[in-house]
Order: sequence, then C-alpha cells, then structure tokens
Amino acid sequence: MNKWIFVLRQNKLVLAAVYAVFVIVTALSVYLSDKSVVSFLLLLSSFLLLYYTAFPNTVKWGIAGVLLLIVIPFATSGGASHESYMEVVTQCGIYIAMALGLNIVVGFAGLLDLGFIAFFAVGAYSYAIFSTPQVSNFISGNLFPLSGSWFWLFILLGGFIAALFGVLLGLPVLRVKGDYLAIVTLGFGEIIRLIFNNLSKPVNITNGAMGISSIPPPNLFGFQFTFPHQFYFIVIAILAVVLFGVRRLEHSRLGRSWKAIRENEIAAQAMGIPVIGTKLTAFAVGASFSGMMGVVFAAKQTFIDPTSFTLVESATILVMVILGGMGSVPGVILGAAIVTILNLQVLTELTNWFNQLTLNGIVNIPSALSPSKMQRLLFGVILVLMAIFRPNGLIAAKNRKVNEEKLKANLPKAAVPIGQSAKQSGGAFK
Amino acid sequence: MSELKVSKLIKRFGGLVAVNGVDFTFPEGKISAVIGPNGAGKTTFFNMITGIYIPDEGEIELGGKSIVKVKPHKITELGVARTFQNIRLFGSMTVLENVMVGMHIHLKAGLFGTLLRLPGIRQEEEDSAAEAYRLLEYVGLAAYLNEEAGSLPYGAQRRLEIARALATRPRVLLLDEPAAGMNPRETAQLIELIKQIQREMGITVVLIEHDMKLVMELSEYILVLDYGTKIAEGVPEEIRSNPRVIEAYLGKSAVRQEVMS
Ligand SMILES: Nc1ncnc2c1ncn2[C@@H]1O[C@H](COP(=O)(O)OP(=O)(O)O)[C@@H](O)[C@H]1O
Ligand SMILES: [Mg+2]
Repeated sequence: MNKWIFVLRQNKLVLAAVYAVFVIVTALSVYLSDKSVVSFLLLLSSFLLLYYTAFPNTVKWGIAGVLLLIVIPFATSGGASHESYMEVVTQCGIYIAMALGLNIVVGFAGLLDLGFIAFFAVGAYSYAIFSTPQVSNFISGNLFPLSGSWFWLFILLGGFIAALFGVLLGLPVLRVKGDYLAIVTLGFGEIIRLIFNNLSKPVNITNGAMGISSIPPPNLFGFQFTFPHQFYFIVIAILAVVLFGVRRLEHSRLGRSWKAIRENEIAAQAMGIPVIGTKLTAFAVGASFSGMMGVVFAAKQTFIDPTSFTLVESATILVMVILGGMGSVPGVILGAAIVTILNLQVLTELTNWFNQLTLNGIVNIPSALSPSKMQRLLFGVILVLMAIFRPNGLIAAKNRKVNEEKLKANLPKAAVPIGQSAKQSGGAFK
Repeated sequence: MSELKVSKLIKRFGGLVAVNGVDFTFPEGKISAVIGPNGAGKTTFFNMITGIYIPDEGEIELGGKSIVKVKPHKITELGVARTFQNIRLFGSMTVLENVMVGMHIHLKAGLFGTLLRLPGIRQEEEDSAAEAYRLLEYVGLAAYLNEEAGSLPYGAQRRLEIARALATRPRVLLLDEPAAGMNPRETAQLIELIKQIQREMGITVVLIEHDMKLVMELSEYILVLDYGTKIAEGVPEEIRSNPRVIEAYLGKSAVRQEVMS
C-alpha cells in the first residue's frame, strides 16, 4: 500500500492516469445508472482526492474547474431523475459559500456567531420583496416589481445589504465577548426572523408567515434560469468569486489582523490594529457571502418564508465549519459538502429506503424514527465526536510556510532597512 | 520630540491604589528601567502608557501631546510599542506572521485592494515579508520563521515579542520583564540585543526587570516604585546606595543574587 502511494507521489503521469480513470468510471456510472447515490458520492469525492494529490496548485484548480464545468454537468445530464443530483450539488455550493463566510467570522476572527443565517435571510428577502408585487405595498411607481433581469444586480446588492446588516449588528454586539457574543448573535438571528415573520402589518412588506411566492427566476437576455442544473452554474460562478476572495484575504494584512484578534486581542491592539473596525469587517465580509447566496436561494426556490431561516439553520452552518476545521478553507468546504449531502441525500435516501422496507412489510420502522428526523441528533453526535477525536476538524487549518530562500532574495528590495527606519523617517509614524 | 513624560499619575482598582501619583520623565533615546517589588504597579504603569488602562488622574504626554484616553492602537501609531510580562504572542500563527502583524500600521492593503489584488498590494506583501524576516534575523530567530509562535521555547518567545514590537517602528519601546524565564546565556544575549537596539535605532527603551544585573548593566536611569509610589529615581549608582530602595527591594534581591551566584 505504502509503496503504491509512494509511486503515485513520485510519478505524476501514473497519478494523473489513475485519477482520470477514477473520475471517468464514477462519472460514467452516474451517467449510465438510473439513480446511484453511491457512484454520485464517489464522483464528488474526486474533489477530495484531488486535494490530496501531488499536483501543483494551479493544476489542481484547473482540474477542479474541468470537473465542475464539464464532468459533473455531463454525468448528471442522463435524464430528469438526475436533476436531483444537480439540486444537491447546487445546495452544496450555496452552503459552501455561507460556511466560508461564517468561517471568516468564527474561524479567522474567532467571533462565535450563532445567528449567521440572518444574513442569508436578508439577502433572500431583499430580492424577494423587490421582485414581487410585495414591493408595491410600500413603494409606488412603474419600475417595481423588478423583473428577473435584475437578479444579477441583486446578487451584488444582496451581498451589500447583508454586509450593512453585519455592520449594524456588529456595532452594538461587538462590545461583548466570548459566550456573551454567542448569545447576543443568537438573539439577533431570531429577531431578524421574527421581524420578517411579523412585518406584514402595518405595511405588508414581507407578507409575514405566509412568505413570498412567485419570485421571478433569473433572466439573462431573455433566457430563464429555472432548473437546478441552470442554477448550478450561477452558484459555481459566485462560489468561484467567494473562494478567490477568501484565499486572497486569508494571507493578507486584513486576514492576519483577524487572526491576531482571535489569538490575542490585547496584543493585536498593541500592534496598532483597531479591534472594533477589524471585527466589523469580518462580520461584513462574512455576511456578504451569505447575502449573495440568499438572493440565489430566493430565485431558485421562487418561494421563501421565515421557516427557512431558523436557529437550526445557523447551527447547521456552524456544524459545517467545526466539522471541516475552523479557519481551514479546504476543511470548511469539505464540512459544508458533507453536511449538505448528509442532509439532502443520505438521510433522504435512507428514509426512502426504510419506507420501502416498511411498505414491503420486511421491517416496521415507525415514522418518528425516520432518519430525516434525526438531523439534530446526528449533528450533536458529530460535534461530540469531533470534540473528542479531531478538535481541529477534518482538515485542520494550516499555516502558510514561506520559502526562506525567496525571502532572502527579496531582502535588498525591502522597503526601509530597519536599522535606520526609526531615526530617518519621522514620516513612518503617522 | 518623542519625549515621554507622566505627571501625578494615579490608577486605582477598587480600594487599591496600584499607581499612586507618579511623576517621571523618560530619558529620550536612552535605556531606563522601572523596578520595584512584585505588585508595585509597574505593569499597571505600562498599561496606562499604552492605553490599555485609562488613568484615574494625572497626565501622560508623548512629544508634548496628551495620550490619555487615546485608543491603544492609536498610541501604537504614535510610536509606542511594548512587550508583555505574560507573553502575548499570536500563538497559532507563524513566527514570521507575528512580525508581519507588527507591521500593520505601515502597510496600506485594505479590503478592496486585497480582493482585487491591486498591483501595489502584492509588492507590499513581499516587501513586508522580507522586512519581517530581516527583523527575525536581527533578534536571532530567522531559523524559526515558519514555526508556530506558541511552540517556541520561552526565551525565543520573548525575543519574538521584541521583534514584533520593533516591527511597529517605535520611538518608545516598553519591555515588561523581557528576561523572565531566560537562562543566563539567553539573558546575556538579550542584554546585547537591547543595547544594539538602543544604539542602532535610537529608540527610547524602558524596561521592567527583576534581574538586577541586567538592570544595572543596561539602564542609564532608574525609576523605583513601591506600593504604587515613586520611592526613588536616579542613575544606577544612586539607586544602588539609596537606603529606601535597599530596604524595599534591592536588599532582599541582592541577598538572593549573592546566594544564587
Ligand atoms: N486589572 C486589574 N484589576 C485589579 N487589580 C489589578 C489589576 N491589574 C493590576 N492589579 C493590581 O495592581 C497591583 C499592581 O499590579 P502590577 O502593576 O501588575 O504590579 P507589578 O507589575 O509591579 O508586579 C497589584 O496589587 C495587582 O493585583
Ligand atoms: Mg508586572
């Protein structure tokens, strides 16, 4: 076994061939079989394998792109029954983006936020309200309700509005720390949901518990996006932007400031980092990812109501982050994918299977025990097991190692030689 | 210009007066020391200068301007940097990253510049990594650059705190018990390092220390606190022979040092 891994590590060609065979076999079996959850999960696991291969990073990104844009759409194009795969992958994408957002707040900045779903709700409602007759209840004019062509602008707007809410929430909330912060954000999440639930009087803005229906699908030059496999591409595009954003931020001045605050707030202040402002940025950036996906969610479901934005949803995203590994981007992606697939695919399939068995009279499983109702139990078990066995998550956060030779090569270019900096430049001190 | 001066400084914690009406002017561009028995109020004194505590009464001036009630991060921008008695590194970040955090106020990259990776940002990032590396070389930690800061031995952690503080390019450097937990060899290296910093960078260095050998060797001027009150100030010779100081502090410590060596 070890010998084989060694060969694969050494010989990129063999590795590429083995990997290609794996992808082709799983993709074909998804394509050819009527419905095979196992081969579908194997196909998805090719991303995880890819992460562990020895290919250079750029090659990995390229392969991931091919998998996402060609292989998966092809493999799941085998008929209407395959549409549910696309639904799962699309939901995965939505949750991955949200988990990456929460990871900035919890994983990077170390701020426990238990009301994160509120920003998703804000994004979803902002598109839903302005694109349906709902808007006419409080704004008159012929412009509203907006058509599906506005969807694209609303992705940005939803992100922006959610970021704004993040800042508004942060201003009062960030004065408390630790456990208190968790409780206050939990309250905030519930307040937002209750507001959406009750804002049907005196002016009907959100239509209350009835929710908003007939949300127009995205429209691109007359082309309507209605099927999961069409939303898939929208989600992939947003996710790509989010992912590049996160990776850039992680190893930047801002990313380091977030982590510094997480590690030691007093020392971070002593290094000149404005704590409140930096935390607010974390809230805003994290919230914006959620808000963007909220817009997509509203357009995809065409109907939203407050029940989609409960505390359980906030907890679900937190479980994704903790399971995957706080502060670890690949970990959080894996965590979000696992939890989503567990929710949408595995638990549903198991439930169907048990139902089938019950129908055939083989066993008798009361519906109260059906797997889809065990979601919370399962999350609890996952969290306990993680805390015991892998407190750092499935893929623990890793620090970036810097090449010493490269640093040395850069030395002559370095801005101010430190030996002289203090004396020379009063200008260095703002 | 960078003159740091405190007058009638008072800090109370409940009924306890941790710092009680201290007047002091730190000699500019020189090394001075604040000494006194445990609980004398030395760390509290530093915490007020760096804005972590707001004094109940009194004045702190830097270059003629009051820095009372100025936020800690703004005080860093004004050129005051410090290390901590109970080490406060960013434990799970790398040694290099710790120093790069120290350069925060001298970097420009903001949210959107980073997201769009504007041309200057990448260069700034490379330059700052190189400068951080140079600082690590300066304090003798270059070999550790990719290690987790929290995994370093104590002595190295204290030197990393110094490197991180230097990265802010301070005019005034406050060191809170920099030799605590160091063995004699590490202490000797530390003495050389502090001398070098003062000599090459012209920084005003203020240190809190219990190691009298280090204090007497390094400092040109000494402030002695006891129960929050200034009981003496002066050059090392004066302090050494001051009866109040000997009674409050040096007596016990000098005896201990005799026994140890
Ligand atoms: N945040 C605080 N709250 C209450 N008491 C404090 C606080 N910080 C320091 N003290 C008290 O103030 C006194 C001086 O402490 P400190 O400045 O740490 O002394 P030193 O550094 O000289 O050993 C001690 O009695 C200490 O218990
Ligand atoms: Mg102290």
